[in-house]
Amino acid sequence: MGNKFRSIETKHYEERDAFFEGLKRLDRRAFLRVAGMSAGIVAGMGLRSPQSFQLVNVAEAQGTKPRFSFAYISDTHLYEQKLNDRFIRSILKAVDDVNGLDPQPDFVLFGGDLAQLGQAGELKLGAQILKSVKAPVRMMVGEHDWFLDMGELWRDLFGAPNYSFDHKGVHFVVLNSIHEKDFWTERKLTPKERMQIVAGLDNGIQSRFEVGGEQREWMKQDLAKVDKKTPVIVFSHSPLYKYYRPWNFWTDDADEVQALLKPFERVTVIHGHTHQLLSNRINNIQFHGMLSTAWPWPYAPEGLPQLTVQMNRPDPFSQFDGCGDGRMDVLESGLVDKLYNLWERNPITVRASYLASGGKQDAPPRTKLPSY
Amino acid sequence: MTYRMKLWVGAGALLSFAGGVALATSPAPRPESLQATELPRHKVPVSKDGNLVVGMCDGETSLEVKGVKEGQSLTREQAARVSAELMETWLKKNPDANWDPAPPPGVAQGQKQAPQQKNPPMGTQKPATGGDIREGGVTAESGGKEVRKEAGVNIQDGHSYGAFTQRDEAVWAASTQQFVDEGHRVFHDAAAVGGTIAVSCDMCHPDASNTHPETYPKYQVQLGRVALLRDMINWCIENPVRGKPLADGDPRLRAMEAYIYAQRKGTKLEYGKK
Repeated sequence: MGNKFRSIETKHYEERDAFFEGLKRLDRRAFLRVAGMSAGIVAGMGLRSPQSFQLVNVAEAQGTKPRFSFAYISDTHLYEQKLNDRFIRSILKAVDDVNGLDPQPDFVLFGGDLAQLGQAGELKLGAQILKSVKAPVRMMVGEHDWFLDMGELWRDLFGAPNYSFDHKGVHFVVLNSIHEKDFWTERKLTPKERMQIVAGLDNGIQSRFEVGGEQREWMKQDLAKVDKKTPVIVFSHSPLYKYYRPWNFWTDDADEVQALLKPFERVTVIHGHTHQLLSNRINNIQFHGMLSTAWPWPYAPEGLPQLTVQMNRPDPFSQFDGCGDGRMDVLESGLVDKLYNLWERNPITVRASYLASGGKQDAPPRTKLPSY
Repeated sequence: MTYRMKLWVGAGALLSFAGGVALATSPAPRPESLQATELPRHKVPVSKDGNLVVGMCDGETSLEVKGVKEGQSLTREQAARVSAELMETWLKKNPDANWDPAPPPGVAQGQKQAPQQKNPPMGTQKPATGGDIREGGVTAESGGKEVRKEAGVNIQDGHSYGAFTQRDEAVWAASTQQFVDEGHRVFHDAAAVGGTIAVSCDMCHPDASNTHPETYPKYQVQLGRVALLRDMINWCIENPVRGKPLADGDPRLRAMEAYIYAQRKGTKLEYGKK
């Protein structure tokens, strides 16, 4: 489905990636020659700037070749096609993007919220579309997938919502971090009403997300087998820290989960749900948010982590602006450089070194128009 | 006072009476929300001779005007006679009514009116028509004295803005909140706002965030003109929500404006802000 049509952006990025990939293969002498030529061309075109585009990128490519990469698609919020094809166009665009990556990512993480209201039609449609992803897909669950039937269909389609695996020397843990305390029984809510409430951000009726005691116990035992020097990457739909409670940009037992991760030297949490460029570091743990393909969320009025460089305000007149997908480059160190592939904008990379240095090095480009 | 002035005063009284009659009898179209509980109407009897029948605002009393056919206009003198006669009938029916006698046509305002009857104590006054009124209901004074007592200070009362009780203020606050809540509802309901693809406003604007009403009016580059908040609301309804733009007077648009502004309480107004 996604392979038939390649958008202009996809083609542009393919060409661009091919060009950079070619540059990486150059030896030192050839590199200098190309760099000199590009500099000459750039100067000739009157485009010279302090950060001449190719030189910087190539130099980085020489120094920090990643161990491996994986891509992500997240928060697609699908309705059934007869109701709304807008979000379907977006996920197809993302599938195009990840299929167009060269080299292909080792796998593609789906970051949760495949469906908008947990309906069978929505989940099945999403499963169908994700089948056209060329690389293996690792699934994660979001609250929009869960609260109609409490994950029944999701489990049928994709298996257990929490699991772990090892890949090229990195231990991955996938969590179901969207559990909520029962707010529906007492109110006598139907499953549909329950889903509708959870699907909204700005209501105080639902309870806050949590990983829950049972899953924390599972995680503890899973991590017990892992050497403390092994890099750990955790996938969680909710942020696994406390950002903004009223919108459930929040995990109630975040502190307990972080405590489980504390003994490890290098930990990265990749989370969905917040639909924005979002970066954080708490002690040994680095956090990266994922973009949504469906719509961007505004930044919350308070609680924004200090290390976050906000993405420029999305343009409401453009369906794709502020949305996108991305790629994680797992470095030799085991930490992650996170590339936000913002559609219709230049991509932004938030580097592990930026977070590790507390914002002193490798800062991503700053925002021109912060949120109101 | 000249005769001309007297005439004006008399005509004014007459016009307001005639207006009241017209309002009470005309089948004005009502908004949809009110149709379920239509107000009682005063049906005046039909004259056998085809004479004009005038109804009174009490909903009961009526008067056949001899010599004037249905559809014809009354002369000023005839109207004055009709209104006086109706009023007299009503006063006879309601001898205990606490009625401030209005100056009859021709009596100038400058001439001192009859000494005003003192309001009977609260709760003892029975209305002549209509249902029972709960004791301690609203008086003509609207509780201005109570306000003064509550506050324990010597404040001015007896004018519109000086005589509010806590109850008044509670009612106003509740009415305002109701308006805002309606906006909240529309804002969170794709169907209510007329959307066709199940996208509601809150999906991109939780708590109306990023709607920045305080920045309007401003030049909206993408529209190529200066926009108001409502222009942007309608733009969103037309585009991401895929509905039809709402008319300026549409209660949903008004309610959403109320909700959006309410969420930005305390924010500095800064029209034109980028």
